[in-house]
Amino acid sequence: MSIELIIGILNIVLISTTPLVFAGIGELVTEKSGVLNLGLEGLMLVGAVTGFITLVITGNYFYSLFLSIISGVILSGIFAFLVLNLMTNQIATGLALTIFGIGLSAMLGKKFGGTPIDGLNPYYFIVISFLLVFFVAYFLSKTKTGLIVRAVGENHNSAYSLGYNVIKTRYLTIIFGGVMSSLAGYYISICYAPMWQEGMTAGRGWIALALVVFATWKPWRLLVGAYIFGGVAIMQMNLQAIGVKLPGQFFNMMPYLATIIVLVFISSNKLRLKLSAPSSLNIPFEKNQ
Amino acid sequence: MQSIVEFKNIYKSYPGVIANDDVSFNIKEQSIHAILGENGAGKSTLVKILYGHVKPDSGEILINSDLAIINSPSIAKNLGINMVFQHFSLFESLTVAENLILGMNENISLSKLKDKSKTICDKYGFNLNLNSPISSLSVGQRQSVEIVRSLLNNPKILIMDEPTSVLTPDEISKLFKIIKNLVKDGLTVIFISHKLEEIINLSDYVTIMRNGKVVSTISTQNEDPETLGYKMLGYKVSKAKQVSDIDFSMDIFNIKNLSTQSKDPFTINLNTIDLNLKKGQIFGIAGVAGNGQKELMEILLNENDYEFTGDIIFKGLNINNLSTFQRKSLSISYVTEERLGHSAVPEMSLSENIFLSMNHKSEFKKGDFINFEKINSYASDVIKNFNVDTPSYNVKAGKLSGGNLQKFIIGREIMSNPELLILSQPTWGIDAGSEAFIKNTIVELSQKGVSIIIISHDLDELLEVCHLISVLYEGSLSNPLNVEDINISKLGKYMGGLFD
Repeated sequence: MSIELIIGILNIVLISTTPLVFAGIGELVTEKSGVLNLGLEGLMLVGAVTGFITLVITGNYFYSLFLSIISGVILSGIFAFLVLNLMTNQIATGLALTIFGIGLSAMLGKKFGGTPIDGLNPYYFIVISFLLVFFVAYFLSKTKTGLIVRAVGENHNSAYSLGYNVIKTRYLTIIFGGVMSSLAGYYISICYAPMWQEGMTAGRGWIALALVVFATWKPWRLLVGAYIFGGVAIMQMNLQAIGVKLPGQFFNMMPYLATIIVLVFISSNKLRLKLSAPSSLNIPFEKNQ
Repeated sequence: MQSIVEFKNIYKSYPGVIANDDVSFNIKEQSIHAILGENGAGKSTLVKILYGHVKPDSGEILINSDLAIINSPSIAKNLGINMVFQHFSLFESLTVAENLILGMNENISLSKLKDKSKTICDKYGFNLNLNSPISSLSVGQRQSVEIVRSLLNNPKILIMDEPTSVLTPDEISKLFKIIKNLVKDGLTVIFISHKLEEIINLSDYVTIMRNGKVVSTISTQNEDPETLGYKMLGYKVSKAKQVSDIDFSMDIFNIKNLSTQSKDPFTINLNTIDLNLKKGQIFGIAGVAGNGQKELMEILLNENDYEFTGDIIFKGLNINNLSTFQRKSLSISYVTEERLGHSAVPEMSLSENIFLSMNHKSEFKKGDFINFEKINSYASDVIKNFNVDTPSYNVKAGKLSGGNLQKFIIGREIMSNPELLILSQPTWGIDAGSEAFIKNTIVELSQKGVSIIIISHDLDELLEVCHLISVLYEGSLSNPLNVEDINISKLGKYMGGLFD
């Protein structure tokens, strides 16, 4: 392998992994506060299509980024209202959000499939994604607000009896997670592709969810995990390029296969999972009135 | 002294129960005010209303003669009201320092927190290691963390909900000294308990509650446990009488060298436990909660394939690898700690709950079908023989009061004629009438030759019914003490781990 090839591979890994980092770190914060949002895939797609359409219509990157973020705020806000105020089941609501997002983005983007745009330089986002992981790690471990987020995810009844607003905290973390997913989608349609195609996130939302478990809810591990996944995904092209003779379908399924293997591996150690998962994850909070 | 808290006509009802009915009384500043009542008398609901945890249906609270609308714990904390909960409100996976910071109203740096908490610890004799995670602390230490966390906010009123229920006798006397010093320094303490002697030793005033109503508010000076007990219950309770001239010679049940090596920091590892039980003997396992009772019970039941080394022998047969139902078929019966959700399914009727526990008995089945005739008649027998207050066996288990359900569950197990009965917290959280009935039933049963193991945090209960008492401390079981020549100070030392 030549130096150029290695640099090329690294470059592609960097570019293709960034959406996983965005969506994963957002979900990590949401889950740290005790809420499981399975709607990442839907949020990403809507974020992607909103940004794309706005860019095509206005030609303004700032507006497109802004509206993409707003789409994440609105959709995750609805999710938060359903699971926090109406106390719907988090898993069912998250799945509904994904299905809704897939349909909505397909409908909105119907006329825009194949429209050419000038993509943004992905390196800004790559740098931001690293800073974001640093920021989240610092926030969770060093700040009082981060401590409150962890406390709410650990034991929401205790947090409430100490006087913290569990619902408000969770609204904020859910919306943060939603915005991060929209950004991941925006990056895919504006920087990575750059184009719009139905279902173009191709299951990255699910991989991001698996990443949070893989990382045992630790930001730095999430970053490492994301790059391992990203590397596996890119391997398909390069292994073919250097002449490994395996069917193309096999390479296509590798990232998903890796996800399943990693999850099986991680869940086999029940104790470790139990110790690192936020104790109130996926448990609805009801005020004692 | 003026009143710091005034309750005025507090009313709170839950579906089917009136928790607080027209509750009015005053609490004087800088006093220790106890609230006494049976389980379910409405004590906890009342203080939760004061702490903003529960919203009253009607009524007012005055703090320093000003009307206070306390809608949430954060409002209560701003008014200077802090609470130490019966089931602690700590975060298991976080460190002591993090837990303290979370309890503070203001934002402070870690070094300032260290100074502040050190001042409090030195002054009142607490001993905390700020860096250890809560999961590694004993129950007594956890309570210290809760109290220090409350004191960091310089409260005016401190509510303590049954603070002694999880402590050893030594720890209790230490806690009382601390409380008295705190009151000297200006604090008002509201102390909830159903233990009469404690209240007389500690408090200045006591409000007695029964069925959600205030019976009276009096000074504790001229009271003794008996008069106070009569006021709390409204009737006198007879004690169970243990007959001691039985000959215990036949081995029924043995535990030999039982140990576990779990890596889970949230469980206690058992350490070479030995136990020998004779026919007709009642063996009490005392100890503060969280010293391995749960783990021991799980191994005795064998519900979750808990890994252990050592041997469990019932009538000469090694039962290590037998399932729960196989053990039941050998005539071992169990009553677990959690009534709803473990001993009984709340959403199912009493007869259905009979079947779930007796599923190993072929007489309750017709081929693959349930023999409801047999089960219903079994259920009515339990209801009749054990004074269970319920209209029929079709009532859902969750609808019964704690005491009635416990009588039903214990009755269910006893009616299957066990030779060994293993009970965990048999009278926890139930009314005094049912408690007395259950204790009497246990004593009668042993006189019929049934061997009984009782795991309980309640020393008084064990001293009343058992022949032998051992103490479980951090997974080790002490040598058994004969109940006739036991003394409380020795038992207290054992509960603090001082045995070999």
